[in-house]
Amino acid sequence: MNKDLIKYAFMQTLPIMAGYLVLGMGFGILLYDHGYSVLWAILMSITIYAGSMQYVAIDLISSGASVLTTLLMTLMVNARHLFYGISMVDKYKDTKPYKPYLIYALTDETYSLVCDAHIPEGMDINKYYFLVSLFDQCYWVIGSVLGSLIGSAFSFNTTGVDFSMTALFVVIFVEQWESADNHIPASIGILVSVICLIVFGADSFLIPTMIIITIVLFLLKNRILGGKKV
Amino acid sequence: MIHSLVLVIIMSVMTMILRFFPFLVFSNNTPGPILYLGKVLPYSIMAMLVVYCLRNTDFLSGSHGVAEVSATILVIVLHKWKHNTLLSILLGTLFYMFMVQVIF
Repeated sequence: MNKDLIKYAFMQTLPIMAGYLVLGMGFGILLYDHGYSVLWAILMSITIYAGSMQYVAIDLISSGASVLTTLLMTLMVNARHLFYGISMVDKYKDTKPYKPYLIYALTDETYSLVCDAHIPEGMDINKYYFLVSLFDQCYWVIGSVLGSLIGSAFSFNTTGVDFSMTALFVVIFVEQWESADNHIPASIGILVSVICLIVFGADSFLIPTMIIITIVLFLLKNRILGGKKV
Repeated sequence: MIHSLVLVIIMSVMTMILRFFPFLVFSNNTPGPILYLGKVLPYSIMAMLVVYCLRNTDFLSGSHGVAEVSATILVIVLHKWKHNTLLSILLGTLFYMFMVQVIF
């Protein structure tokens, strides 16, 4: 593979490297904190390979969540990948032999790089897609391994470190809030979740919340698409 | 541990299904309701995840929720101000850890 292309792809992924190493480390530390060794960090970062989902996964596996809850939670948290895929169907049409890997490794951050890819003349765009996807996953795996090792090497008081997951979701929520046309879907999310939390309790509110959110989104479809500001 | 492994496998397979599905099924046209959900669901779900993270906040004992609420507000303000994801997460978490370890 062409050296210039490798260098170019590497440079493009630098911002992702910073983010993935730190978030991956957070994941590794938290996972270790819940009693899962570095092998689990590697396993999860390779097989699941979806940032937010892996943070949620720590909670699910350590609390012994049910199969149904886990299935629905993955479906809802990762549903957006369906839409990344839809918008990449055309771009990834002729990417053999990399295609299966490209689809498997299509995370939010990789998507943000490949959906807006410009490469210098004469370079192979398919190899560029592949390198970007591969580099990003390496950062994520390395970050989670480092986190797990840090967690096991230093015995510091980790009480409260799990707030990093809350903070991650709050940050994404703020970003979405600022970029949204209207705030109805976000408000529905908060309202339905809080009401279900009160009604069903902390251990069993997720499934009803996800079902009711979906129903309400369809019921309010016209208002939401009408673009009225709330 | 076996149950954990089963859950990890479920999450992996489900995530892969979601990633591969469009390439196998929607090569030409996507049904309207799916497109609509794709647009709006992420907003609702992120809100749900925030509530999910804070679900065990105890308003009756301990810090009475002061640590959770103030750290969450700090993350929001910090992020609105600087728009630096890592900074918001790092300072928010350190602040929360300080609150629950030192103050309460």
